[in-house]
Amino acid sequence: MRIAFKIASRFLLSNKGQTILIALGIAIGISVQIFIGSLISGLQKSLIDTTIGNASQITIVSDADDRLINNYEALARSAKRQDLRLTAVSPVLDQPGLIINDERSESILLRGFDFNRAEAIYEFSQRILVGKLPVRDNQAMIGIDLAQELGASAGDTIEVTVLNGQKRTYLVTGIFDLKVQTVNKTWFLTTLSSVQDLFAKDGQVTSIEMQIDPAIAFESDLVAADLLPIITDPELKITNWKAQNESLLSGLNGQSVSSYMIQFFVVVSVVLGIASVLAISVLQKSKQIGILKAMGIRSRQSSLIFLFQGLILGLLGGILGLGIGLGLAYSFTQFAVRPDGTPVVALYIDQNFLILSFFLAVVSSTLAALVPARKSAKLDPIEVIRNG
Amino acid sequence: MAKQIIKTPAAIGEPVIILDKINKIYGGSVTTQVLYDIDLAFKSGTFNGIIGQSGSGKSTLMNIMGTLDRPTTGTITINGRRTENMTANQLADLRNETIGFIFQFHYLLPEFTAIENVLMPYLIKYGAASREIKARAAELIDLVGLTKVKNNLATKMSGGQQQRTAIARALIMNPAIILADEPTGNLDSDTTETVYQIMRDINERFKTTFIIITHDRHIAEKTDRIIEIKDGRISLDLARR
Ligand SMILES: Nc1ncnc2c1ncn2[C@@H]1O[C@H](COP(=O)(O)OP(=O)(O)OP(=O)(O)O)[C@@H](O)[C@H]1O
Ligand SMILES: [Mg+2]
Repeated sequence: MRIAFKIASRFLLSNKGQTILIALGIAIGISVQIFIGSLISGLQKSLIDTTIGNASQITIVSDADDRLINNYEALARSAKRQDLRLTAVSPVLDQPGLIINDERSESILLRGFDFNRAEAIYEFSQRILVGKLPVRDNQAMIGIDLAQELGASAGDTIEVTVLNGQKRTYLVTGIFDLKVQTVNKTWFLTTLSSVQDLFAKDGQVTSIEMQIDPAIAFESDLVAADLLPIITDPELKITNWKAQNESLLSGLNGQSVSSYMIQFFVVVSVVLGIASVLAISVLQKSKQIGILKAMGIRSRQSSLIFLFQGLILGLLGGILGLGIGLGLAYSFTQFAVRPDGTPVVALYIDQNFLILSFFLAVVSSTLAALVPARKSAKLDPIEVIRNG
Repeated sequence: MAKQIIKTPAAIGEPVIILDKINKIYGGSVTTQVLYDIDLAFKSGTFNGIIGQSGSGKSTLMNIMGTLDRPTTGTITINGRRTENMTANQLADLRNETIGFIFQFHYLLPEFTAIENVLMPYLIKYGAASREIKARAAELIDLVGLTKVKNNLATKMSGGQQQRTAIARALIMNPAIILADEPTGNLDSDTTETVYQIMRDINERFKTTFIIITHDRHIAEKTDRIIEIKDGRISLDLARR
């Protein structure tokens, strides 16, 4: 073992140029692998985040004709009791409405929230651009696109007309930006009691919106299934974001698969590169191997010489690759930025992924040395001794 | 584990290498027979020379004696042990412990210094060098007159220096046998004389058996026994003492 390691490291040291070149080859391969992996998972994370970060992940809705849920407070309470993974439970009453304005009308969705409970889902306090949250029944908050359409700003009043012909005037207390245009254009947020009152739907909501810990966002279907027992009314059902976003999920899946493919082939090309260089180095060193065998080194030791070279190169290349990969990722977030300075794609750098990549470099380099190691073990010293 | 080289050398005068009916045939469809029914025995502590024309089969014979090559038929007994059924590992260990090689073309490891090359057979067996063995290596380096260049890489030494390094390396394991294939083949006559003197000294001090292939008449004449090979057969076997 020790002699094989000593010889391996001496071989590498005595040919520094070649050693640096191979280590750099491994490093570049691994850094590309790290960069692609981090880029794709960053992309996916931000995509998921915009899809479900500020939206209901699990929702109880009604299949009844009027789409209404009675005794929602009891349901909300038992949902919270049933599953500790729920981070937010918020009843909402959604009803359509119109804002008629100089011959034009904007159709809106009146959303009656209990803002204290909805905050955990929508983070309004951070999404609000100007003004503050509505607190009274005659106060409302509108999206930035609707505000532009109407030329309204915080402090203005808006008259809302609903289907039964009723009208109500709201004071705009704030403008929000939830980063989704249709939401910013149609949502008209006010208190739950205001919408219940306006539509004469006291004690009723249209949905109970819920969120779970982001770390387990992909378990929403399981959590939803666990909530089933609390539902006694056969007309109620539970949906979750995964069921509603199948095409997004299959898109993400495809992206992951192609990302793995790219990473896989990068690593394969690294392995082939190292294997071929090491195979050549067995030829270069066949005289030395022959002498060592004449002096009594065993075949196993002589093959270990090359496995150790692979291992050392893998360690060198892995460390270097981590450095280059992180540097690449860092400069990407520094230089590929939007006008406001935020990165176009926030890379997601996962410690476990880095550790995995490092071991991939080490293991694949060592594996790449298997072929030359076998060659070295098989080399017959007489060939070297006889032919000079 | 005490890393000491403890040997029980064959008593002086006992045979250390016995060759019995050695034949060597090369080739597949077109065969060439290089050695014919060679019977030879070398006694412990002797200093032997092998001479013969180029192509007569000297190196082939020596490689077979050193277990680097296998005979087509016939048996080799080294230090009382038959070699024909040994595994590759057993042969490697046998070479490591019993035989020191000095090849015609030096064959040092160019990546290592003179003293590291000398230590190499020991490192192969034990992995790391003890203080005692380092001292012994330095002694051997002194013995062959390389004190000044002992830390030079093999490539940074003259031909004669490399040859002397190879002699020191052959001695490090205190082997029973040293096989030398034209050890002074490309050295000038003064250096040849030095190398010869060193080998003779060692033979007398450590009772190491030497088998030396040589073209050099002077060396051949100073050996205890001269064996001449002609066309794969022993044509002359002359013991002087
Ligand atoms: N692999 C081989 N295949 C066929 N013939 C071989 C092979 N190796 C050696 N020979 C032949 O064996 C014969 C003996 O070769 P050997 O090297 O033993 O000669 P030698 O006595 O050492 O010669 P020299 O003094 O030139 O070193 C030569 O005729 C050579 O051509
Ligand atoms: Mg020869």
